[in-house]
Amino acid sequence: MDGTTHGPDDARMAAGPGEAVGRAVTRLEDPPLVRGRGLFAADVNFPRQIHMRVVRAELAHGLLRSVDATAARALPGVVAVWTSADVAEIPSIPFRATKVQGLEPYCQPVLARDRVRYVGEPIAAVFAEDAYLAEDAADLVAVDIEPLPAVLDAAAPPAEFAPGLHTEPTIVRKGFGDVDAAFAMAHAVIELDLSVGRHSGVPLETRGAIARYDAARDLLELHGAAKKQHWNRDEIARLLGRPPSSVHLFEGHVGGGFGVRGELYPEDLLACAAALRLDRPVKWIEDRRENFLATNHSRQQRHRIRAAVDAEGRLLAIDDVFFHDQGAYVRTHGARVVDLAAGMLPGPYRLPAYRVAGHFRLTNKTPAATYRAPGRYETTFVRERLMDAIATRLAIDPIELRRRNLVATAEMPYPRPLDVLGSDVVLDSGDYAKLLDQALDRFGWKALRESIAARRASGECVGAGLAFFVEKSGLGPSDGVRITVDHTGTVELVSGAASVGQGVDTVLAQICAEALGVGYSGIRVVRGRTDRIEFGNGAHASRVTVMSGSATWQAAQAVRAMALETAAPLLQLSPEVLTIRDGIVQRKDGATEPSMTLAEIARQMGPNSPAMRGRTPGLTAEKWFWSDHMTYPYGVHCALVCIDRGTGAVKVERYLVANDIGRAINPMLVEGQIAGGFAQGLGGALYEEFRYDETGQPLSTTFADYLIPTATEMPALDVLIAEDAPSPLNPLGIKGAGEGGTNAVGAAIAAAVDDALGQPGAVTTLPILPGTVMRLLDRAAP
Amino acid sequence: MKPAGFAYHDPQTVAEAVALLGRLENARLLAGGQSLMPMLAMRVAFPDHLIDLNRVEGLDGITVEQGVLRIGAMTRQRSIERSAAIREACPLMTEALTHVGHLQTRNRGTIGGSLCHLDPSAELVTVAAALDATIEVAGPEGQRDVAIADFPLGFMTPALAPEEMVVAIRIPLWPREHGYSFMEFARRHGDYAIVSAAALLVLDSAGRIARASVTLGGVGAAPLRVTTAETALVGEAPTPALFRAAAACCEGIEAMEDPQAPAWYRQRLAAVLTRRALERAWARATGEAA
Repeated sequence: MDGTTHGPDDARMAAGPGEAVGRAVTRLEDPPLVRGRGLFAADVNFPRQIHMRVVRAELAHGLLRSVDATAARALPGVVAVWTSADVAEIPSIPFRATKVQGLEPYCQPVLARDRVRYVGEPIAAVFAEDAYLAEDAADLVAVDIEPLPAVLDAAAPPAEFAPGLHTEPTIVRKGFGDVDAAFAMAHAVIELDLSVGRHSGVPLETRGAIARYDAARDLLELHGAAKKQHWNRDEIARLLGRPPSSVHLFEGHVGGGFGVRGELYPEDLLACAAALRLDRPVKWIEDRRENFLATNHSRQQRHRIRAAVDAEGRLLAIDDVFFHDQGAYVRTHGARVVDLAAGMLPGPYRLPAYRVAGHFRLTNKTPAATYRAPGRYETTFVRERLMDAIATRLAIDPIELRRRNLVATAEMPYPRPLDVLGSDVVLDSGDYAKLLDQALDRFGWKALRESIAARRASGECVGAGLAFFVEKSGLGPSDGVRITVDHTGTVELVSGAASVGQGVDTVLAQICAEALGVGYSGIRVVRGRTDRIEFGNGAHASRVTVMSGSATWQAAQAVRAMALETAAPLLQLSPEVLTIRDGIVQRKDGATEPSMTLAEIARQMGPNSPAMRGRTPGLTAEKWFWSDHMTYPYGVHCALVCIDRGTGAVKVERYLVANDIGRAINPMLVEGQIAGGFAQGLGGALYEEFRYDETGQPLSTTFADYLIPTATEMPALDVLIAEDAPSPLNPLGIKGAGEGGTNAVGAAIAAAVDDALGQPGAVTTLPILPGTVMRLLDRAAP
Repeated sequence: MKPAGFAYHDPQTVAEAVALLGRLENARLLAGGQSLMPMLAMRVAFPDHLIDLNRVEGLDGITVEQGVLRIGAMTRQRSIERSAAIREACPLMTEALTHVGHLQTRNRGTIGGSLCHLDPSAELVTVAAALDATIEVAGPEGQRDVAIADFPLGFMTPALAPEEMVVAIRIPLWPREHGYSFMEFARRHGDYAIVSAAALLVLDSAGRIARASVTLGGVGAAPLRVTTAETALVGEAPTPALFRAAAACCEGIEAMEDPQAPAWYRQRLAAVLTRRALERAWARATGEAA
């Protein structure tokens, strides 16, 4: 293994599109998918498999008095029924490394022990010959719970989690500068109380876990994995007391990830433990109701935020206290969303002083974790609401106010005395003011203001708003890629990345093609499996294109150099005059002779080639890209909304996402990422919410009650992909593009609704519901 | 989401189906399955027997005769939506159907299924109430008629004995030149309406309202004919002020409350949608709108 840090010596790709990079080529992933030959979790089957069904708590909070599985076990076709006593030796589900202390007692047991803490918590697991029988048997498991009062408001004082433990595992505090002095000298202080509703990624493919023990090779396999297979592999191995090399995870096709899919959940461990103990393959496919109850929720926060500003509207300080509703347990992310919210809240603005206290609170709801733009969707809403409120208070145009506060290009790289996810925040590059201008121009802001005035004069309730955001991407520390050209000239790329459907294979192939000089479509990309590469950090945090993409670039450059070095003496030319086009080493000057194919070179470098004696054979290289700092994409969202005065319904008529991502490897896929991300942001702004009644019973457990936007609700969306500020931190200048479409939707739509209502600051809560808007309309027209 | 076990029956005639209903305990009829199948999968319905009506003869078809529209219970919603005869004779139903679920569910869903499932916001039930429909019910003793006003007994409970089934709906047609409108508000297109309003108007030769029907769906367990509004309209010259006054009758109605919407919001929607539906119906009655 060759640990390489990116440095000045590395070949850096010139700006602009290349042969393969920067082109909207079609996806390598699509042929099996469009032909119905994909392999999703439910498509995985093994001979002799049994089916698992989880018995779940039907009360939000209570003491678990007894679980009687006698009748279930007696049902013909039932292989086993497990309660907590059967899995007592399996530790609770862990969380990934964090500096935050004291979270361990709040982790979730695989099956509830003596308390249940949310509706949907696993209490027992039934294993049966088919899925119908398993569900029949699950209905026969008698659970006796003595109810306790449910804690449902994270902003209320902490309550008891367990004897001696209250429901606030930690408070995440960050800050810099003299906040109190700033408030003391402020021209004005603006204070807001803002809330974001509980919603989450709801992939159309639910989770699945198919575990099988191969006794002949002493291997435990888990299929249906996604996102984090290497970490999950290591933890499953540790929790089940096996060496990591005896456990392998396999990712098939994934019908949506969004942060929630592919984390390590109780069901994954139950399936693995059962496959070992019952000596049968075990299949579990989550149903939709379970998906709403058991897969991570996200987003719910309440912020009490204050800003100190000078007379020109420049920020002097921000002081924020927020309450994060984590749900019932700490899951694999630990306090990551609180950390991200606290660290990313300042966004694109110059801020001399900052103080934040993020209260990480447990409630009796489904546990929460990351969802596309975690901590940023929430804090962009909060920060941009604050900027609009400052503009109103000081009677400054909200766009002008933002301009005055944006970090300038000359200040880049801009270090902020903060850390996020354990890495110091350094805004690596950006021309924020330029993108703001480009976005306003593209949206036709000036003409739009005129048309809004005309429409209002004719009685319509219309308005426009915008929001600025800063994303983060490319979380380190490392990712590796191994590229091999075989003796037929076929290129194989093995990566520790994962795919949740975003087009990873295509993007890595494009980068490899660009660097190596081959066509992208013939490259075989291997990812999402632990048996082909020893380490990998998976697909999350908009990191794959930055990290694995950079590693691909480096590995392909290395293979290219090997190929040229091997070919040069055989062609009796110096490597400097050679290049590789379409997999053929030839002269740079265009002469077609002499030449040599990569296949011929690979054969020259094979293990039976005398020329390789004493060396490691193969036309192959493995490179690891390391990163100490994240890259920071940024953007602007603009919204035009129309409100129906009779119903209070908000219709988004037009929307623009302008997003600088340094370099778009495949602009078509970037647009797709942004459009899909926007739809999810729209859901959180207007439609989606996990609601609970006063006893903690969930009210959003079907797609009839949890409203994800459909094609009908999607407005005309324009996407402006900017490449004006490539990241200096990687050879291609890449910044991630996975979350910019989601980040600022709540903020921009809130601003547009305010504008339509003519009531600055009216929107304080997401989602914006028609009934709320109707009340606001009433307030305007007594 | 796997149904519990049940016995499946596949009758070929109404008589066989009725006989099965009489003989079997805890049986449910399967029509288009767009509501029942999810209820089975979610285990909120536990029938011991499922009687499939999809191969029963003579239960589907659309006829218009002597001023009466008759639709067989197993007629697919999509067939009704696409029927030129219904578009001409009973356009309120055509318009309402565009709000029923999605094209894919309408391909399978039936009018009889909608009537018997009796969801409080089901568009077709509201239309039936607006048009004073009659439900044809078959049972062991033969066939009987039930007026739509008497059909809902309570929340999702039709006035059917366990051994009875709906075979058709009959709708007396309004004069050809009537105005109509069906409007609803749902958070997303295709969702169950929070409130829906159906309006029908006939103008006399002097341009006054000769006949009016105002019906609300989604506010209570069953569609609500707003007779106070109808009374306020008949005999009057149509004006926006008149429609506003008639719609105001809806603000005082008793409305249900559920996680989707509080009662006050439903009352407000009822008034707004009624006013809009009356205005649209008037425009159509005068030929000013399509």
